[in-house]
Order: sequence, then C-alpha cells, then structure tokens
Amino acid sequence: MAKLPIQFRLNGSDRATFVDPASNLLDTLRRGLGDFGPKYGCGQGTCGVCTVLVDGEPQLACLTLAVSCEGRQIETASGMADGPHLHPLQDAFMDHFAAQCGFCTPGMLTAARALLAKNPQPSREEVVEAISGNICRCTGYEPIIAAILAAASGTSVRRA
Amino acid sequence: MLELRKDLFADERDDNLNVVGKGVQRQDMPGHVTARTRFFDDHAFDGMLHLKVVRSPHHHARIRAIDTSAAERAPGVKRVLRGADVPVNKNTLLSLINFGKDDEPSLAVSKVSYKGEPVVAILADSEAQALAARKLVRIDYDPLPAVFDVEETLKPGAPVVNETYPGNYFEYHERFDHQKLRFGDVERGFAGADIVMEHRYQMSPIEHAPTETNGSIAAPEQNGRYVVHSCAQGLFFALGTTAKIVDVESNMLHFIGGTVGGGFGGKVDSLTEPLAVLGAMLTGRPVRFVLDREEEMLYGSPRGAERIYVKDGLMRDGRIVARHIRSYFDAGAYTRLSSYAAIKCTAHVPGPYWIPNVASDIYVSYTNRCPSTAMRGFGVTAVDFALEVQMDRLAEAASMDPMEFRILNAYRDGDMKPHRRAAKNTALVECVQVAAEKANWPLSEQAKRASSLLGGGAGDRAQIPATQLDARGQIGRPDTRSGPVTQVLPAGTSRIAPSKQPVMEGARDGRAAPTQVPRYEPQRPAAPPPPAYQPAPPPYQPGGSYSPPPAYQPASPPPAPPPPAAPAQPQHGAVRFSSVFGTRRR
Repeated sequence: MAKLPIQFRLNGSDRATFVDPASNLLDTLRRGLGDFGPKYGCGQGTCGVCTVLVDGEPQLACLTLAVSCEGRQIETASGMADGPHLHPLQDAFMDHFAAQCGFCTPGMLTAARALLAKNPQPSREEVVEAISGNICRCTGYEPIIAAILAAASGTSVRRA
Repeated sequence: MLELRKDLFADERDDNLNVVGKGVQRQDMPGHVTARTRFFDDHAFDGMLHLKVVRSPHHHARIRAIDTSAAERAPGVKRVLRGADVPVNKNTLLSLINFGKDDEPSLAVSKVSYKGEPVVAILADSEAQALAARKLVRIDYDPLPAVFDVEETLKPGAPVVNETYPGNYFEYHERFDHQKLRFGDVERGFAGADIVMEHRYQMSPIEHAPTETNGSIAAPEQNGRYVVHSCAQGLFFALGTTAKIVDVESNMLHFIGGTVGGGFGGKVDSLTEPLAVLGAMLTGRPVRFVLDREEEMLYGSPRGAERIYVKDGLMRDGRIVARHIRSYFDAGAYTRLSSYAAIKCTAHVPGPYWIPNVASDIYVSYTNRCPSTAMRGFGVTAVDFALEVQMDRLAEAASMDPMEFRILNAYRDGDMKPHRRAAKNTALVECVQVAAEKANWPLSEQAKRASSLLGGGAGDRAQIPATQLDARGQIGRPDTRSGPVTQVLPAGTSRIAPSKQPVMEGARDGRAAPTQVPRYEPQRPAAPPPPAYQPAPPPYQPGGSYSPPPAYQPASPPPAPPPPAAPAQPQHGAVRFSSVFGTRRR
C-alpha cells in the first residue's frame, strides 16, 4: 500500500513521517516517531490511555487517523515538562500519589491538562467529568481528583 | 487517612518507624508522570514481527485437521507455528516447584478444552497482516460435550476436560481428589451443637482488566541470547517457564520487566513469553506478542469462581463449636495456579476464628472454561466472603450483635489453628473494636475489654485435639467415614505417619531438607529409590507460654496398630503447606 507523507508539530517540534492511509495516530506516534507516552489499552476508544491533545483538544489517538493530523499541533504527556521543570499537574500527581502502575498516567495528565487550560478553577464535578473517559484500575481515582484540584488551586497552568 | 494506633499492642511495638506514617516519594513516580517509564511495549526494534494466535471457537472439541498452507502464503507472513514446533508443548506453571503434572500445551495439538485456546500462531511483518492471515487458517473440529459446573464435572460420566487429570480434579498428593483438613471431630461437634446451619455460596469469575494488556517482545541479542521485555508480575517465574517450554538454559534468556501496567494476578501465567521467544528463535527477528483488549477480556485468565458450602455447629451462647467447609475451585481447563489457591484456602480455614472442631474438603475442578489464575488473595478472598456472610447469619441465629459475635469467636494469640500452627500477632479483636468505634456502633463493656492477648493459647485452645482416622489410617474420605472410627490420631500429634515417597520435594524454607530439586525432565523418570524419611527439624518455637507439639516420632504410639502393609500414607498437615509454599513471618 502506498504510504502518504504527513507533517505535524509534536510537542513543539516539527516532525514528518510516512504512514499507511489507515494508520491511526497512536501507532504513528509510538512506532513511527518513538513517542511512547500515549499507550495502547483497548484500541476502541474506551480506556483513554492514548489521550493526546490535537490543537489543544483531547483526542483518543487510537481512533484518530494519522492523515487527519496533517499540519496540526499534537501534544502528549512526554512534552508536558518544561525541560527539567515539571508541569504543576505532574508535581501534583507526584505529591498526591496519583499514580500506581503508571499506565493510565500519561492519558490522565493529558485529559487534566486540557481541562485546566479551558477551566483553570474547576469544581470537583468538572474534574470528575473531565477524566471520565480515562480508566484507572489501581488508584480508585480519588488521589487523581485530589491532585488535579491541587494543581488548579496551587499554580496557574502554563500552556505549552 | 492513615491513622497509627500506637496504643494497641504498645509493648510489642518497635516504634522506630522511619517510613510508616510518613510520605515518601516512590522511585518510579518521576518516570510515571513524565511518561519516561518504559513498559514492555515501549521498546522499538527494527524488523519486528507481530505474533497473533488462532483460537478455538469451541469449548471442547477434537482437532481433526489443521491446514495452514493458505496462511503461510499470505502477504507478510514469515512463519506459522503449530504445537509440533514447540519444544516442550506441555507445562504447568508450578512445575518450577515440582507441584502438579504438566497439563497445558502452548498450542493445542489434538483437542481444545476451552473456547479461546490457542492452536496456531502466525508471525507477520505487521499486525494487520497477521490478523488477515489468521482468517486463512483452516481447522477441522469435532465438537465434544462440554462441562461448565464445578460439581457436575466430578460426577461419573462427565466429559474428560483435561486428559492429564482424567477424574476432572487436581490430584492432591498425586492420589486424592481434594485437599483435606481434619482437626478434632466435626461430626461430634455438630451432634452437640444447639444449632446447625449450612449454606451454599457462589463466586463469579472476575477479569483483572489491567489497562495494559498481557504481552511481551522477544528479540535476538548480539551475544546469542534473547532479550525479553515482559509485563510479567513474576519475572523470574516467566523466565523459568519460558526456558522450559522453548527448551533452553535459562541463561540464554535476558528478561527485562518490573514495570507492569496493572497486574492484580493476571500477569503471572506467562501467556505470551514462550511463543514470542520461540518465534524470535525460529525467525531470527524481534517478535511482539500482545493480547488485544478482546483477547484480554475473554481469554486472559480470570479469578477462579468458587462454590463453597459452609456448615456450622453453634451454641446458644454464641460459640461456634464445629465448622465444615466443602469448596470447589473452578480451575477452568488447566491447572495454572488453582492447585495452590486450594492449599491457601485450606490453610486459611476456618477464617480468623478459634473453633475446636474443623474439617475442610477443597476440590480443584476442571471445566471447559478459560483457565483461572491468581487474583488478589485468591483462595482466601472467596472463602472469606462465604465465611463472613455465614458469620452474620450465625450471629442472627444466636441473637447476638455481629461485631460482638466476631470478638467472641476471634483467634487470640497462642490459639492452635487447624493446620497445626499457633496463631501469632492476632488482631481481629482490636480491628473489630476500632471499626465499631469509627462507626459509632455500641459494644458491650465486655467486648470493649476483650483483647487478642487475653484468653488464648491455654488449655484446649492451644492443643491439637484428637483427630479421627478412618479404617485405612487416613484422615478419612467421606465414603469411608460412615463406619465406626477405628483409629484416633492422639491429641498433640501434628501429623500421621508420612509417606515413604515424599510427594513434593524441594522445601523452600530450609526446614525440611529437600531430597532433590530436579530440573524439568520431559518424561517423568522412573521413581527414584525412595529416600529415607528425615524427620523435619522441629517446628519454629513460638514465643510465650505456648509449648509446641512434640516433634514427629516415627513410631506412633498405639491406640490401634497401624494397618499392616497399608499403601504408602501421605503426609498431611502443616508441614506440607509451609515447606512448599514459602516462609513464615518471624
């Protein structure tokens, strides 16, 4: 099958690769570009571990065709930190023990980041709603909710 | 919030706590929040092949013919594997500790015993090509009757699920259809009880559903070895299992893991590593074998369902005087770890309560369901569910408060447990007291004054009671207990005469000297000459005033002469549990 060239900005850097027309963004990021931040959990858009930002909107990379991302801004958890300085959400997740196995964490951070970018002072209900598409099997969610609320109340969120 | 109750057991407490009660950052947390943590699938290899298996659509069927020719010619397919390609195509996980017989193929050869059993493996350049080729494999099945119920499967005439165990039960001590425990005389206990109550409890299978599905990547290394990135919860367990199945020395395998994207027990079965390594050996290419979500949910092994019957003898004052537990553990089609779960269950019986007469019969049943495995306290969780519901019912029958009922019957320090270990560091009384306090649940002054340190370990509570034996000098099968009891295992005796041929060797805690720890050998060798039985060193000495039962003495004193030329008697009792399954807390 003929491959198509695509180009987009990934975590602030211009990247280009060739993809099958049917490839999804998740495989393209992981296997094509080596960003292993987004994970495969279900491939059906139900678990949220592949959540990335496309032009600031949270999207499920497993259900997003790679070719549809031509010219877009893609942001993943791998690019959240500012060099050696962690994003306030990352600090808050560490402080609140909001990860156990760590597998849902990149998607969870990305969903939270999209929320705080739009709504810097969310209520608890808004936090719950924002991460409702992200499944965590370890924590029971409470530490994650606490971490997001703490990040919101502590520091203003920087946009990448 | 964490609350340390230092007032409890204050004189037993070493208060030099450097970590407990303090917030300490985990070393893996920075990796998790920066997405730098590398899970097994987060590794890139050039030229990586993708492995997919063809699974049985039948619960139980004979395989008449397998035709893979079309799949082999499909685009991108580099290799097709069948059972004959697997060097050691029969394994049981606990063979690594010499427990149980090899019963599960990596790829089914002559029959399938559960829906989803792997039959053929396809290795292709891309996942899509492997999936497309999977549809081209033709397998001709002859469906067989299937059995799904843990008790039906034990009845005469039930379909044989697993030819290695033709009775459809795991063979304990290589001859018995269940694991038995006897302590005192439950029948006499029931006869003397004011109330006898029996209930049936049923658990469901539960899928662990980790966010990361099971999988591994195996690749040839520059030094002739194979590197394996694995999600295994027990990395060296997976290494040993893989080395056995692909028939290489374990130092040929370089397992990397430890980052597990959620396990909960569902990643101890080495579901993918052996075929990934075999594929890498046969193709010389890196091979990735990852279950998709549907496979994980349908064919990743679940918690085994258990059916539990609990029968109790209760006095009107609230004391439980006898408890009999009969439990059926649903192993699915193959053993995996269910045999171990039943041992744990037996050691846990009768729950955290002191009961003078206890009996249990724990069966591991094979059914045509997906093999079950470890999950968070397996073997104990389900029986605890049954026991605690039963405790509420008993409390109601005795017209007692359920909290006080538990305090009354709880173990105290020094109490003898039915598997012949003294209870140590007991704390149920205090747990119930604190729970009642938190819930504003009123307790009587007497219950509030109760303590795990008081009232246990003395008199009958510290003794192994006389235990009934049947005519064969064994602790009795249900069908041989109808006649009069002909022997009694005297009080204080920890176990009856041992088998001349130890069934399980290889003690892990150094107490019972291992007679041998053989490497896996494909054919069971002719039985080695029975090693002379060495009495185990005396059991550990618990602190306090409790005096341990006398060490085993080869010549048991009469009440009755041992039956002449009886078949080799198995070891029973405590020594078996701890010598095989790890060390005790000190």
